[in-house]
Amino acid sequence: MVELLFWPALVAYGEAAVAFAGATRRPGGRAGRLATWGVRVGWLAQTGLLIAQAAGAGRFPWTTWAGSLNLFVWLVVSAYLFWGCRSRFRLLGLAVMPLAVILFLLAYAGGGTDEAGGSRYSSLFLAVHVGLVSVGFAGLTLAAALASLYLWQERRLKRHESAILRVPLPPLLTLDELTARTIAVSLPALTLGIAVGLTRLARDGGRPDALMAVTLAAWGLYGAFLILRFGLGWRGRRVAYVAVAGLVLVLAVHFGLPLTHFS
Amino acid sequence: MTALVLIGTSYRIAPIELREKMAVTEERAGELARGLAADGFEAVCLSTCNRTELYLAAEDPAVAERTGVALLAGIAGLEMDEVLPRLYRLHDEAAALHLFRVAGGLDSLVPGEAEILGQVRGAAEQGAPGRVLDRLFSQALHAGKKARAETAIGESPASVSSAAAVLAEQVFGDLCSSSVLLVGAGKVGELAARSLASRGAHIAFVAGRRRERAEEVAREFRGQAVAIDGLAEVLSQVDVVVSSTSAPGTVVRSQDVAQAVGGRRGRPLFLIDLAVPRDVAPGVNEIDGCYLYDIDDLEAVVAETLAGRRREAERAEEIASEEAERFRVWHASLDVVPAIASLRAWAEGVRAAELAKADGRLAQLSDGERRVVETVTAAIVNKLLHPPTVRLKEAAATADGSSYADAVRDLFGLGDDDGSQGRIPRQ
Repeated sequence: MVELLFWPALVAYGEAAVAFAGATRRPGGRAGRLATWGVRVGWLAQTGLLIAQAAGAGRFPWTTWAGSLNLFVWLVVSAYLFWGCRSRFRLLGLAVMPLAVILFLLAYAGGGTDEAGGSRYSSLFLAVHVGLVSVGFAGLTLAAALASLYLWQERRLKRHESAILRVPLPPLLTLDELTARTIAVSLPALTLGIAVGLTRLARDGGRPDALMAVTLAAWGLYGAFLILRFGLGWRGRRVAYVAVAGLVLVLAVHFGLPLTHFS
Repeated sequence: MTALVLIGTSYRIAPIELREKMAVTEERAGELARGLAADGFEAVCLSTCNRTELYLAAEDPAVAERTGVALLAGIAGLEMDEVLPRLYRLHDEAAALHLFRVAGGLDSLVPGEAEILGQVRGAAEQGAPGRVLDRLFSQALHAGKKARAETAIGESPASVSSAAAVLAEQVFGDLCSSSVLLVGAGKVGELAARSLASRGAHIAFVAGRRRERAEEVAREFRGQAVAIDGLAEVLSQVDVVVSSTSAPGTVVRSQDVAQAVGGRRGRPLFLIDLAVPRDVAPGVNEIDGCYLYDIDDLEAVVAETLAGRRREAERAEEIASEEAERFRVWHASLDVVPAIASLRAWAEGVRAAELAKADGRLAQLSDGERRVVETVTAAIVNKLLHPPTVRLKEAAATADGSSYADAVRDLFGLGDDDGSQGRIPRQ
C-alpha cells in the first residue's frame, strides 16, 4: 500500500519539476498548469502515504532520519502549495520541486517511506519535537527559495535582461516581504522544537552534539535575519543572502541526522 | 445559402491618406450598416484607425460586393476604380478567418493589442447583423478572447512608456503606494508618467527648467512642482524617477542618488532615463537597491516582448483557424437546415395524421395511456430521423450538402426551402 502511494507521488513531483523548467521557456502555456497539477497530485499521493504510514504504525511513525525527511518534504510541498496556486508564484516551484524530488528519493532510499519501525522515544515527544522542527525547517526552506527568486529577479533587473518580462516573477518588494514573513512564522516553530529537544536532553542527562550546534547556528542565523530585517530595516540583497545561507545549515542538519541521531 | 462577403481596407494595403478618408465613427458605421439592412443585407461596419471593413451577408454575393465597394468609394469620395486596388474582397470562410484574426489582434500593427476586441464588439452592437453575422461576430469575440487567454500574445508591453511602467511593477508590485518624480516636463516624460499613473502610481513631483510648464504638468497630475536644482531633496521621497530633459549633461548625479538611497531603509529606487543624451549618471545602476533603465534598455525590452508576441501569434493563428473551421461547418449546415426542417415537419405530419386516424380505436384508452402512445410515436419518429439528420449535417460540412438535401427532398417528396411542405402520403 505504502509503496503504491510512493511512486505516484514521486512521478507527480518529478513531472512538476520538469514542467516548471518548461514553464520558464514558455510562460502562460500548459507547462505551468501541468506543473501546478503535478504538485497537487503528488501532494495528495504523499499525504495518502503519510496517512497509511501513521495508520500502520499506530503511533508517530517518522522516527528515522529518512522518515523525518519524508515528513519534511511533505511540509515543504504543503507550504509551497499555499503560494504555488497563484500564477505569479508558480516559478517558486522551480526552486522547490527539484529539491523536493531529491529529498523524497533520499527518504525512499533510506526506508523513510516504508512501514514505520520502533523507536526508543515516546510518540508524544517525537510528534512535538520532530513535528515542530520539521515545520520550522520547511518554512525556512521555502523562505530560502523565495530569497533565491529575489536574488534572481534582482540580478535580472540590474543586468537589464531584455527577456525579463517573458518569465514573470513576483515583484522584488513582494518577495522581500514574503521571505521575511515566512521566516518570522517558521522561527517560533523551530524555537519550540529546539526547546522541547533541549528539555528532553537535560532530563535524560544527554550531551549536546555537533548537529545540535548546527541547528542552533541555523536558529541564530535566522534570528539575526529577523533582527536585521525588522530591527535595523535591512532589505533586499543582503538579507536575501542571509536567508539562502541559512538553507545550507538546514540541509546540513538534515544530512547530519543519520550520523548523530540515527547511527 | 446566405453568402458572407467582406470588403475592406487596412494599413497593409492602403496609405494613411486613403484610410483617413474611409474612416468613420462607430455611430456613423452603425448608420451605414442599418442603411444596408434596409436594402436587405445583414451588415456590420468596422472602422478603426487601421482599417475600415464592411461585413455583409446576402443571398447574392456579387450584388453585396458591388454595393459594399460603392459604399466605401462613396465614403472616401472617390470613384470605384480608384479605390478597388486598395480594397480586399473576401468571401465566406476566408472572410470569417480574416475577422477572427482581426479580433485576435493578429492583423494589428502591434500584434495582440487589446483595443481591437472592443472595437469589434462595438461594431457588432452598432451594426445590423442577422443570423449569419450575429454568429460570425459572436464567434469572433470568442476567438479574440480565447487567443488572449490561451496565449501570451497580449500580455507584455508594446511601447517604451508601458514597458517602463511594467518594469516598475516588477520592482514594487502594485504601484498604488508608489510615488513618482518626473524630471523634465516634455511630452515623452509625460507619456511615461501617464502610463505609471494609469497603474496607480502618484506623480508626486515634477521638476523642469521652465517653472510654468512644470507647474502645469504637476497640476495635471495633482503633484508638486520643484526646481530642477532641488532634485536631491526629493529623491529620497519617491520610488520611481522618470527623466527626459533635453539637458546636455547629467541631471541626476550618482552622489545625490547614493545619498537619497541611504535614507530609504532598503526600499528600492527605480530610475527611467528617456533622455538622449542621458540625464542620469550610468553609475547609479551600481548603487545597491537602485535600478536604472535608459532608452536603449527599454527599447530592448520592447523588442523582446514584441518578438514574444509574434511567437505567440503562431499559436493564436491556430485558434483563429479552428474557429474559422467551426464557422465554416456551421455556415455550410445552413444549406441543409431547411431540408431537415421539412423532413421533420413531414414526419411529424405523418405521425399526427396516423394518430388522428386511429383516434376511434384509441378512445377507450385513459389519458395516461394516450400520453404513452404520443410519447412512443414521437420517439419512433425522432429515432428514425436522427441518423439522416446527422448524416445531412456531416455532408453539409463537406461539399455534398446541397446534393444530399436535394436527394432528401426528392425521396420524401418535400417542398422547397420556402417552407412549403410535401404531401403527406396516403395509406
